[in-house]
This record gives sequence, C-alpha cells and structure tokens, in this order.
Amino acid sequence: MRTAVSTLSIERPRDLKQALRMLADSVAKARLIPLAGGTDLFVYLNAGTQQGSRFLDLGGLRELRGVRMGRRGGVTLGALENFRDLQRHAGLRKTFPSLIAAARQVGAEQIQNRATLGGNIANASPAGDSLPVLFAHDARVHALSVRGERVVPFAELYTGYRQLALAPDELIAAIELPPTPPRCIQFFRKVGTRAAQSISKVVFAGVLRVGRGGVDHARLAWGSVAATPVRSASAEAALLGASPSREVAGRARAALGSDITPIDDVRSQGSYRLEVAGNVLAQFLRATHPGFTRD
Amino acid sequence: MGERIAVRLTVNGKAHRVHTPPLKRLLDVLREDLRLTGTKEGCGEGECGACTVLLDGRTVNSCLVPAVHADGAKVVTVEGLGKGGALTKLQKAFVELGGAQCGICTPGMLMSAAALIKAAKGRVPSDPEVREALAGNLCRCTGYQRIVDAVRAAASKPAARKVARKRPPARKRVPARAAR
Repeated sequence: MRTAVSTLSIERPRDLKQALRMLADSVAKARLIPLAGGTDLFVYLNAGTQQGSRFLDLGGLRELRGVRMGRRGGVTLGALENFRDLQRHAGLRKTFPSLIAAARQVGAEQIQNRATLGGNIANASPAGDSLPVLFAHDARVHALSVRGERVVPFAELYTGYRQLALAPDELIAAIELPPTPPRCIQFFRKVGTRAAQSISKVVFAGVLRVGRGGVDHARLAWGSVAATPVRSASAEAALLGASPSREVAGRARAALGSDITPIDDVRSQGSYRLEVAGNVLAQFLRATHPGFTRD
Repeated sequence: MGERIAVRLTVNGKAHRVHTPPLKRLLDVLREDLRLTGTKEGCGEGECGACTVLLDGRTVNSCLVPAVHADGAKVVTVEGLGKGGALTKLQKAFVELGGAQCGICTPGMLMSAAALIKAAKGRVPSDPEVREALAGNLCRCTGYQRIVDAVRAAASKPAARKVARKRPPARKRVPARAAR
C-alpha cells in the first residue's frame, strides 16, 4: 500500500446524528471523508492517490441500511445497502429487475459483498454501474446534514466530471425510486472486456412503454459515454409518441450522436463507444417491442 | 499523526486482539500481525481476488477492508479450511485434479469456492455458477478449467469425482445421505 496507514485516522460515530455532527464540524478544518464499503477508497489508498487523512466510518450506522418497499411499487434504499444484499431482495427482484442486473455486474462477488449503492453514487465515476439504472428510474437522492434533509433529483446530482451537487456537510442517506409506470419494460446492459471486474466501456439502462398511441414513456440512461452519467434526451424525443418501427428505431439511434460524448481512453475509443451504444439501444428496442424490427 | 485502535476479531475460530492503525488493511493485519501468510497479495486493488477471505461468512478482498471493519467480525482464511494438517475435500480435489499451478491464486480460489459450496447446500453447482462465483479470482497460469472441475468434483459425491474430468457430474440434486 502506497499510503502510510499510520498517518490516517478515523472517527467512529455511534449513530447518524453524531456522524452528521462530526462531518459538519470537520468542514471548516479538514473535511472527514466518509468510508462505507471501502471498495473504491482502498483502491485510491493502495495507489497513494487518496487526498486527506481523516475518515468518517459509516459502517455502524444502521439508520443508513434497509430496503423499504412502498405500497405503490416504489422503494427507498438505504445508502449503505450493498450490491449482494440488493440482489437477494425478493421485492426488488420483482419491481426493479434492471437494478438487480446491475448489482450482479458490479465487480465480482467479493466487491458486491462490500460495495454500497450510496458509495457508487458518491464515488461519482461516469462508469458507475448502478448509476444509469438510478437515472432511468427517476431516482431521488436523500441527503442529510445537521441542517436537515434535502432531496436531489438524479438529473441534478452530477454537475461535472466527478462533481456532486452536495454540500461538504451532507451525507447520502437513501435513494428513492418512484414506482415505475405499469407495463414498462426495464433493461440493463454493460459492455466491457469481460462480464466481471472490468470497468464498462458503455453501460446502459432503459425503461420504455409502448401504449396504444405509441411510445408513452421512455428513459434512456448511459454511463461511460460522457463526463457524468447522462440521459439521451434527443433519442428519447425520437421515440416518444411514435409507433414502433424500424425507421423510428433508426431515428433514435441517429439522435444518440448528439446526446453522448464518448472519449478515447485506456479502455476504449470514442468511435467504438458510439457504435456500441447504438447497438445496445437497438437491442433494447428489439427486446421491448417487435415493431421496432418491422418496416 | 494517526492513531491506533484495538481491534478484536476471531480468525479461524481463535480470538485475537490487535493494536493497529484503523485503516490498516485486513490483509496486512492477517499477514503481519497474526503471521497468517496463506492469504496472498496480488494486485492490491480488488481485481485479482488472491487476498480473498471470508468476513462474517462472505467473500471479501482483504486488500480493500480496513482493520476497523473487522472489529468484532469472524474471519476465515485459507489456514482455517482444514483441521490440523488435514486437507478438506475441496483442497484434495484441487491437488488431484490439477487445480493449482503456480499457487498464488489458490488461497483466494479456495475461499471463493468454499463459500460457493457452502451456499449450494449439497447441490453440485453448474459450470456457469462456478465460473460466476470465481469471476473475481484471476489465475495468471489460466488453469481455469481444472479449477472449475475441482470445485464441482468437491461439491459432488465421491463416485462422480472420478468422472469429473471426462464429463460433468449429474446436475440433479443428490440427497446428502445417498451421497455417502
């Protein structure tokens, strides 16, 4: 490990109230860095790239755990829920299969046993596997501080590359997913060098409903194709109100080019990512309604 | 300077108390403080799984777990699989079927495999199930097929073990009593 561990210290709050107080008190000096599952933090510590030396242990905070199913099919997920426990939740498997699919593809079992949903959000990587799912399901992030609770719509959460619209004294406490409209099809697809462990080249979550008058609900959300997780507004607009056809699918695919801004990096090329994103969108539309394959 | 804390943990059934920096890796606590060097460090960033141990029954990369999160926990390392000097059925299967080559990945592979076999409760996991359960354990000798064979053989009854290398054992669940 490249970081000298003997220089690091940790605060272990006994409850959430004390945790928020400790965090608030630290802001003026050196802000405490929240530690949840540690699966990202320890990568940075091991590499010697983690800034700061004072940490706030969230591990013991039961207030940040739990999966609460709403009566109408929505759910509130404690930020400390890990991806393994999410996979095993019977209610979630039924109502949010795309979240389950994403949870199964975060790292591998050893990572899923530790990594938390709140941590995936806070790490703010554009490649975070769960983030497109949260975006596609209109998630709302509940942030807590000594000043009270604030609800941040997912669309307003990321203000730039690895930048969160959260104040330094705020903690991510829970993630609320509203009920998905009935008869929607949910979809998740991660494209990487292999199914496990690899960081995605393109990651996608879609929610779509085809009603009598054509497509009446469309959410297309992407990761690894821009500086933040993004929704493709133009592609969604190309679908909304249209009856499924090959031509409509083609228009949505063409529109993607103005929605996403994939780059060349160590994992892939921008042109490849754009092509693959188009293929993934086509696959999603085919899986949603056979009309998208017909003239 | 940072501080040190007292961490109480049970490793392979034995209670320990270590005085450690709170963010020292569980990997280093095991290897340096407790002298249990069976657990290996590979990548040091949660990719390779060589440092896999069980933390309260679940597989974790011990290079990503701070000592403070092992406080009050039960840890099982590769040293805790067999009793005394005796190998478990799983370890024997790795030896007999060529599941270990250079050996660096083996302790981690064994821990992930042991967790899978325990979770399968007597059922022989399918080839894809074994591959998914071991997906976080990389073998640079790339001896994956023999590792998968060894895990499935260890999970099956003795008669099926002999044929495991030629064809997969029956997937049908065998009652535990009939298996002996």
